[in-house]
Amino acid sequence: MAGSPVQVTGTVLTTRRVDAYHALTVVAPGIADRFRPGHFVTVAVGGRDSSMLTRRAFAVHDVKPDYGGTVELVFGVRGAGTAWLADRKARDTLDLVGPLGRPFPLPRDPCTCVLVGDEHGSAALFALGDALQQRGCRVDFVLGAQSADRVFGALRARRMGETTTLTTEDGSLGMRGTVTDVLPGVIADARADAVYACGPMATLRGVTAVAAQFGIPVQVAVEESMACGIGVCMTCVVPVIGDDGVTRMVRACTEGPVFRGERVRFDDVGTIPFDALGAPGGRHA
Amino acid sequence: MTTDLRTYLAHVELPNPVLTASGCGGTGRELAHFSDVHRLGAFVTRSITMAPRAGRPTPRMAETPSGLLNAVGLQGPGVEAFLERELPWLAERGARTVVSIGGGTVTEYTALARRLAGAEGITAVEINLSCPNVEDRGRVFARDGSAAAEVVASVRAATPYEVPVIAKLSPDVADIVAVARACVDGGADALAMINNPVGMSIDVDTMRPALAAGTGGLSGPAVRPLAVRCVWQVHAALPGVPIVGMGGVATGRDALELVLAGACAVAVGTALFHDPYACPRVLRELEELLQARGFDRLADAVGLAHRPAGAQPRTRSDLEESSL
Ligand SMILES: Cc1cc2nc3c(=O)[nH]c(=O)nc-3n(C[C@H](O)[C@H](O)[C@H](O)COP(=O)(O)OP(=O)(O)OC[C@H]3O[C@@H](n4cnc5c(N)ncnc54)[C@H](O)[C@@H]3O)c2cc1C
Ligand SMILES: Cc1cc2nc3c(=O)[nH]c(=O)nc-3n(C[C@H](O)[C@H](O)[C@H](O)COP(=O)(O)O)c2cc1C
Ligand code: FES
Repeated sequence: MAGSPVQVTGTVLTTRRVDAYHALTVVAPGIADRFRPGHFVTVAVGGRDSSMLTRRAFAVHDVKPDYGGTVELVFGVRGAGTAWLADRKARDTLDLVGPLGRPFPLPRDPCTCVLVGDEHGSAALFALGDALQQRGCRVDFVLGAQSADRVFGALRARRMGETTTLTTEDGSLGMRGTVTDVLPGVIADARADAVYACGPMATLRGVTAVAAQFGIPVQVAVEESMACGIGVCMTCVVPVIGDDGVTRMVRACTEGPVFRGERVRFDDVGTIPFDALGAPGGRHA
Repeated sequence: MTTDLRTYLAHVELPNPVLTASGCGGTGRELAHFSDVHRLGAFVTRSITMAPRAGRPTPRMAETPSGLLNAVGLQGPGVEAFLERELPWLAERGARTVVSIGGGTVTEYTALARRLAGAEGITAVEINLSCPNVEDRGRVFARDGSAAAEVVASVRAATPYEVPVIAKLSPDVADIVAVARACVDGGADALAMINNPVGMSIDVDTMRPALAAGTGGLSGPAVRPLAVRCVWQVHAALPGVPIVGMGGVATGRDALELVLAGACAVAVGTALFHDPYACPRVLRELEELLQARGFDRLADAVGLAHRPAGAQPRTRSDLEESSL
């Protein structure tokens, strides 16, 4: 981790709509300075006396040095917390904790990377793309969503990426289908050396399977529901195979959210695999 | 003028009354990013079990109005890893550590207490009685005075004399005073309450229970009135027994409420998920409130709400007047 997370009272600088999403730029010195691609922040929602007790987690889309450091979050309205966040205006304050989680590991030598984003997952890819390009990597994008208005960042991807492939399930933009449908072609054409992916668990599972077929490494950022984001509550666990071959229920917020795809037992998410360390009736120590 | 915030768990002195609640402060390392663990009155560990435990499947949490349902299932690395990696870390940082223990049989609790008995750096042992008793058709220890007392007595016997044993009670009982009394008779030096009452939430979109485990423990401000009631009733019945109060403490006012009901220490749980600085903040706010009300000592506020209506609190200004 790049230093400790901090809690800051940030000030909303700008808010904008990007199709189906809301983007908030928040002045958050201390978080912006420590940011690495893949980090996330948690936001307290609902105001001081809110009945919403858990913070909401969001990937950091972008950081800028302006005003001592800003972070940008991109989110879709999903429930009461994101609805409240969508109502924030410039100059409102927001309570943020970050940067949290393990960032994306970057390759040591220049190589070709395919960046896969599904739904709001695309937001986390651009800072990563910048970092990869700074290391001389070639970057190709595959972005997808249910419908055209939910594909985030297509323009920026076209500017940044060597190639950009878009998919929608309803066919309203790009190819009809999902990111995993087009991924094999993109990997083959680009002769990709590595894949990075953000999005729903089912997508990450599909992307990991494709990368495995090609025998190339894949880094995925998982989204498990989180109550604290800082590693104290143990609610965000996923079954992950360790270096020693043992499966453990590890915290997505501190050991993740980025994992090597093949280490995550996607088929067993939502269960305690029988062979996990400490599983009921299973292996001990 | 400062307020003397020292408090006692049996004969053990704590510099201040604000603790973490079991299962809500991680290993201590996570909170240490935000504030010093040795500044806490004490750090209470998650409930340690004999063997490693993988816990319950996800989703393990669901937010409810002013509350949180959780079904973590005591995930942890087991007592050996705890003694090797977690306890020494806390001791090195000068934290006072209350080790919470959990088990499915009396034998398991006893074995845990024995295993901990030789270890350095344990300030107190807290018995999490909210575990199902595997030998008694899954009946929860805390719901049965005699089962709870049996655990307490065996842990007390296996724990060095100078280490207080705290029994942690569940509010899910018809008569919490009876269970509290049984635990004290069994040898508990102090009581902690409340553990999570069992609740449930159903996702009306998926039309399925929101937690994989179905039911879960409710925590947060939603349970505070329940905690105040339990602390009140037990303090009224057993005024000499130290009580660690918890359940929805998020501010100094919440802490003071439990103190006035009879708690000599308070633990902060769910609030830590929202605010990693909650413990030092609650302590500061509590101190300010005590000062504003003219208390020289925290101890003078403990159980004060029990005084008869119309009686005045004995505060510094009263004493000054009377000495004129
Ligand atoms: C590491 C991480 C990064 C994320 N990044 C983004 C992002 O960049 N953009 C974005 O739009 N969304 C992101 N999400 C998902 C986002 O956190 C949820 O959509 C949001 O919490 C929903 O809150 P709500 O109050 O609107 O919904 P509610 O359903 O009312 O939330 C109730 C509770 O469930 C939790 N929850 C609900 N849905 C999710 C979910 N999908 N993932 C995790 N927790 C959930 C909430 O945090 C809250 O505690 C991220 C999640 C994680 C874990
Ligand atoms: C996620 C979570 C995990 C918990 N784990 C434990 C535990 O391991 N042992 C225990 O005795 N209590 C456990 N508790 C209960 C708390 O210690 C506390 O008694 C309860 O949550 C009430 O306090 P709060 O409202 O401040 O959280 C847990 C609570 C939560 C929310
Ligand atoms: S969200 Fe609390 S441990 Fe991960």
